[in-house]
Amino acid sequence: MKNILETKQLVKSFGGVHAVDHLSINIPVGQITGLVGPNGSGKTTLINVLSGFSHHDSGKIFFSNTERGEIKPWENQIYSITRTFQQIRLFDQMNVLDNILVMLTERTFLRAFFERHNQYHLKCAEDILKKVDLYEKRMHQAGDLSYGQRKLLEIGRVLAMNSNIILLDEPFAGLFPEVVKKIEIIIKELKEEGKTIVLVEHNMNIIRNLCDHLVVMDAGKILAEGNPEKVLSEKIVLEAYLGE
Amino acid sequence: MEYFFHITILVSIYGILALAQNLVMGGTGLLTIAGAAFYGIGAYTMAILATSFGFNFFTVLIIAPIIAGLIALLVGASFARFRDDYFLLATLGFLMIFHTVVRNWETLTGGSFGIAGIPKPYIFNFTFDTPFSFVWLALVILLVVLGICYFISRSSFGRVLNAIREDEDALRIFGYKTSVYKLMAFAIGAGITSWGGMLFASYITFIDAKLFTVNESILLWAMIILGGVGSNRGALLGALLLITIPEILRFVGFPNEIAGLMRQCIYGLLLVFLMIYQPKGILGKHKL
Repeated sequence: MKNILETKQLVKSFGGVHAVDHLSINIPVGQITGLVGPNGSGKTTLINVLSGFSHHDSGKIFFSNTERGEIKPWENQIYSITRTFQQIRLFDQMNVLDNILVMLTERTFLRAFFERHNQYHLKCAEDILKKVDLYEKRMHQAGDLSYGQRKLLEIGRVLAMNSNIILLDEPFAGLFPEVVKKIEIIIKELKEEGKTIVLVEHNMNIIRNLCDHLVVMDAGKILAEGNPEKVLSEKIVLEAYLGE
Repeated sequence: MEYFFHITILVSIYGILALAQNLVMGGTGLLTIAGAAFYGIGAYTMAILATSFGFNFFTVLIIAPIIAGLIALLVGASFARFRDDYFLLATLGFLMIFHTVVRNWETLTGGSFGIAGIPKPYIFNFTFDTPFSFVWLALVILLVVLGICYFISRSSFGRVLNAIREDEDALRIFGYKTSVYKLMAFAIGAGITSWGGMLFASYITFIDAKLFTVNESILLWAMIILGGVGSNRGALLGALLLITIPEILRFVGFPNEIAGLMRQCIYGLLLVFLMIYQPKGILGKHKL
């Protein structure tokens, strides 16, 4: 299986603590890769480094076999990467529709200056909002949405970005089962479209249901990786992560 | 009637300044105290070019925003690494530098004596030398500025600026080079602000450094916050209220010895009560 994303000996430290410790990981193209591990195992730090939210100290990152040096966040659109955040980060004082439209906007200043959102942009945004059940709330401020709706709007932004690599940081955390099902369906559809998804998640049922490939992390290193069922039955994983 | 025109001209000038600073602060969330500096740059550009080189108001109308915009680009690029309160302090530093230069470069700015005899605007043998004629000029420029601000706030650019105000780091992840957007908003705001300074200089016909202090920047902040952060209508309303309320309070009939102090107290109390009961301002939907 071809890898779309690879790291080699990746290190990210905070003070003296290696949050990501000489990590070499392969993310296969067009698959859903689960990333699990105890709290503080470095999952979110890895997502932050891969999306340019924070910079790695050493090691190499490859996108489609091309090495990227320091990842600049504004280059994510060029490399077709997007993400969600563990702590939801919406544009709270903008309405729901504008939260989506801003993803569909031209990125260069001059084009954005003269661009008005047209019927095409509006239809795209409205279709996305219908998909995440937020169409009726489109004129509400994002900050006024419930927790579940805010999670759905983050997924809506991911859909609007239409990126090939999607990094989802605990998209199911604290959600009602009905919303969990909704997001599961969306993630499966994204996979069917050929997108590559990295999913940070603690719920093993969701991991079993969605993931093709699983990486278990502990203390910034890989504990185990491979087929989810196989990995989750390994003794070292059961001991270190599931406490069995 | 002349008094009414005088107040309308002041409301128009401060309306232009408030709209411009609202674009930077309300729209983009950049806390800046440099508004008075760009106001002063516009006024001094008008005064110097008109008195020393004989330039007409309408020629300077093109030159002043370019000069103010270029200075803003230079200043903004230098301050690009600063955020929030650090950016605020850096812009305060810029205002202090502006003041020092204006007070000490006597050959250019007249130093403490300022520049007097700034000519009134004229076009095709018509001079805007009465409050009645000047008020129309001020209102037309205000309308142009309002049009520009609405154009920006309804463009994708305006939406991106709002997103920067909300969460710049998150927006960068989605492919935006936010520093460029912030810099352009700062420069456009400075350019528009310079028009306010030009109008003021050619209306009053005299300027000196004392007119462009940090107090002016704070007054602009108060107008934006009172009217409603991020709202063009709010910025205009803020300018209208903060120019007219002190004037209305002149007619309340306080004893002469304490009239000034009482007016200031009532004016201050109005602002405090508004912030307690309507913290987003009268027409605002956003917080700074």
